[in-house]
Formats: sequence, structure tokens, C-alpha cells
Amino acid sequence: MAGTAIAELNADGLRRDARIERLKLFGLSSPALLLVLVILVLPVGWLFYLSFVGADGGFSLENYARMIEQKSYERIFTTTFEVSLLTTGLAILIGYPFAYFLSQLPGRLANLFMIAVLLPFWTSLLVRTYAWLVLLQREGLINKSAMAFGLWDEPVRMVHDMTGTLVGMVHIMLPFLILPVYGAMKSIDVDLVKAAANLGASPTRAFWTVFCPLTLPGLFAGALMVFILCLGFFVTPAVLGGGKVIMVSMKIVSNIQLFVNWGAASALGVVLLALTVAILWIASRFLNLTQIAGSGH
Amino acid sequence: MLNWFQSPATETQVTHGGRLWLYALAALVILFLVIPTFIVIPMSFSDSQYLEFPPTRWSLRWYEHYVDSPDWMLATRTSLKVAVLTMVVATPLGVLAAYALHTAKVAFVRLAFVLLITPMMVPLVLVAIGAFYVYVKLDLLYTVTGLVFAHTVLALPLVVIVVGSAFKSFDMAQEDAARSLGAPRWKAFLTVTLPQVRFAVVTAALLSFLTSFDEVVVAMFVSGGDNPTLTRNMFNALRDQIDPTIAAISTIMIVITVVVMTLAQIFGARSK
Repeated sequence: MAGTAIAELNADGLRRDARIERLKLFGLSSPALLLVLVILVLPVGWLFYLSFVGADGGFSLENYARMIEQKSYERIFTTTFEVSLLTTGLAILIGYPFAYFLSQLPGRLANLFMIAVLLPFWTSLLVRTYAWLVLLQREGLINKSAMAFGLWDEPVRMVHDMTGTLVGMVHIMLPFLILPVYGAMKSIDVDLVKAAANLGASPTRAFWTVFCPLTLPGLFAGALMVFILCLGFFVTPAVLGGGKVIMVSMKIVSNIQLFVNWGAASALGVVLLALTVAILWIASRFLNLTQIAGSGH
Repeated sequence: MLNWFQSPATETQVTHGGRLWLYALAALVILFLVIPTFIVIPMSFSDSQYLEFPPTRWSLRWYEHYVDSPDWMLATRTSLKVAVLTMVVATPLGVLAAYALHTAKVAFVRLAFVLLITPMMVPLVLVAIGAFYVYVKLDLLYTVTGLVFAHTVLALPLVVIVVGSAFKSFDMAQEDAARSLGAPRWKAFLTVTLPQVRFAVVTAALLSFLTSFDEVVVAMFVSGGDNPTLTRNMFNALRDQIDPTIAAISTIMIVITVVVMTLAQIFGARSK
């Protein structure tokens, strides 16, 4: 009898030791967690608080009311969604067939062409935005070549407006779409398509009824990533939009740099974050989110 | 050649000829992706005041202009310093965190992971103004320390994901074996586990370097004064004029990126 009691005491002790050990191990993550808390979570929490402080210093909803009342804010939100949706749509239209092209190549060729996706992906987005500014300007390469080939006679305005913004954004977002879609396509068992063909499906039919549905999770993950990145994008629209394309992030920046209005900037930031979180939350019901986070790099 | 057009490209007997549209489209996409990435390189060697392609006369004047400018040199030094320090801080912190999340079987591991990858999900502008607000209070504005902290937060998700996935494919029984033979946990980690995930750690370090070196939005707010970053100065210069000096700096940035990422690819491939 005494033996079991001691054994139980021992077991209790071991369990406690194991728990302490687990907590100690977990403690190794504390420096990283602390940094994220101090540099990111607390400041964002503070901004959340500021968004409810009015001009008189008391609690107020005026920063949110302004967004509903003022026409300019309505335009900013419309523009943000328009740019994000168009960019995502164009990225799918261009990126999906390209990923398909890559997935059909033999391994070594695919790796070679993959460089065309990875090089821009790695290159600083500021450098690429600058390149588009150079290419799209009145005297730029595109206008000059088009006129030399007789495509148009006068230089066409392509930068400092919506066109330039979209071209630059699609260029920057394409790899985020192509990589997960390519991953999904590569993991499809080729035998499934062969089986469809064997059962009498035409190549087109086999593609649409067998291959394409299997790529949808990858496509969805990529499109989601692109859309979310677009919602909060700043650099490219700020440089290529020339002040005509004003997105939420740009309004946040000008609220602080020009008007030093922390309440207004914070409220916009809170709305932007809430939109992002809501979209991620809805998506997380269908997808494994760590997979999306991992697809970025 | 004609044979190639009629030869099957797929298992379902679609010929290469029938696939021409796809090949043409792919060629266009490749041009679209690659040209804007590299066009600034030849342009940076032009002698002209205006950016032209192809350059009519070649020269290094824009590189000289860059090297002779104290402002650009200061910014370059800041960017390199901050990127190296970010790498030095983010890598060990991230490795420790990834190890903790992998081994500690406690309830809030999942929450900690989500917290560590939030910097990837939160819009950068928000991170930037949040850091700006806090740095004004903490007297960290326009300091290297402040920049390194902010960039470390942005780099941590990458380190945690890259190193974490390496831990997943590592057999932890090896570490247990070392410990049962008397090695303390830290020693087992350093001599058994770490050497086997080293390629992932190097990849993560290189990615941290690049995350910091290329970062624009946060740097726009919290860098400046005595410590402006290259990207901050470039962004400001872009809005005013298209100075060919920026083409020269862009070329240097492309070279640094390609070197760092090629290394990362090599190490990344070996970690698999």
C-alpha cells in the first residue's frame, strides 16, 4: 500500500517537473513574443484607442462618423476595392495560364522559367516601381516603341493614373499568385487527367472537370494573399498613381504627415485591419492559413 | 520543326501546335515579369541626363554621382548596418521561438505562433505609424536601434516559418538520444539539432537581411535625421524627379538582392 502511495507521489512530482520543463521551453519564445508585443501589438492597440478620441480629447465616434459622412472617404474606399479587385483579377488571368504552362514543362525547363517568376519576386518593389515609372512615362520605352511600330502616333499617358498603378501592382503581385497555383498544379496526380481522357473526355473537358477544380485551393490561397496585400498597399500606388489614385494606406499616411491627425489616421487603420482580419477569418474556415503564410516565401 | 508542332505535348494528346497560344502567352508573361526588373541596369550606364534605352553614350557618371554624394553614402551605410543587425537579432530570436513552439507541448503554442506571424498579416502602414507613435515616446525615432527592432518584427515570421518547417522534418529522437546519454538540453540542441537545420537557419538569416534592406514603408516613418535608409531617400527622390542616380542605386540593389537570394536558394535547396 505504502509503495503505491510513493509511486503516486513520484508520478505527481514527475508530472510537475514535466510541466515546468514545458513552460521553460516555451519561455524560449518569450524574447521574440515580447518584441512583437512591444513594437506591434501595443502600438496597434494604442492606435485603436486613439481612434475613439475626438478633437476635444474625450471619447467620440467622430473619426468613424467622418468616414461615413464625407464623400472623399467613400471614394478612397471605392478606389481601394477597385484597385485590389482589378489587380487580383488581372493577376489570375495572367498568372493561372502561366502557372499551367510551368506545370506542364519537364523539371529542368520548369526550374529555368521559374527564375522569371522568382527574380522579380526577390527584387525590391521600390526598384520595380521605379522601373515602371521609367518605362511608362511620355518619353519612356513603351511609348517610343509603340510609336516606332506605328501602334499609336502620339505619346499615350500611362503613368500617374489608374493604368500605371494597375500595371505596377499586377507586376508586383503576380508571383504571389503564380507560386501557390503552381504548387497546387504540381501536386495533382497526372493519372487523374489520363483517366479522364481514357474515359472519353476531350482535353478541354478533362481540364475543366478534373484538373481545374483540383487547383482551386491553390488559386484561392494565392488570390486571397494578393487581395489582402493590395488592400494595404502603399508604395506602388503612391509613386505610379501620381496623386490620382488614393488608397486607404495613402490617406493614413497623409493624415499623419500632412494633417497630423492621429484620430483620423488611426480610425482608418482600424478599419483596414478589421477588413484584413475579417477576410482572413472567413478564408480560414475554408483553408489552412499557415499554408498561405508559407506560400509568401 | 513541323514534327514538333504535331507531336503530343501532353498525355492527353494535345499537340505542341495546339498549345502555341499557351507558349505565346507565356513568352509575353516572361517579358512582362523580367523586363521591368532589369531595364534600369543598362539605363544606369547612360551618359544622358534623361533615362534612355538603349543609351546613346555610355558612362559611369551616375555611379560617380552616387558615390560622391554624402547623403546617398550615409543612407547606404545606414541601410547596410540596419540590415546586418536585423539579421543578427532576428535569426537567433526566431530560431529560439521556432524551437520553443516545436518542442513545448503547451496549450498556447498555437496562439504564440499566430502572434509571431501577425507582422505578415497587419498592413505595413499600420505597423509603421504604430512604431512611429511609440518611438516618439521612447525616444527611439531616427535611431538604428528603433529601425532594427521594427525590422526584426517584420523578419521574425519568415525565420519562424522557415526554421519551423526544418524542425518539423527533423527527427527529435536524436536530441532525446543525446540527452539520455547525459548532454544537457542546450548542449544537445547546439551539437545535435542545430547543425542539422543549419541550412534553414542560413536561409532565414539571408531573408531577414533582405526584408530589412528592401523595406520602405516603416523606414519612411522611423528612419531619417542622422539615420535615413536608402529606400527612404529613394522613395522621396522618386516623388520629385526621376533622377538617373536612382537607376545606378537600383542596379546596386538588384545586384545585392540577386547575390543574397541566390545564396538563400542554394542553402534552401540543401536544407530539404
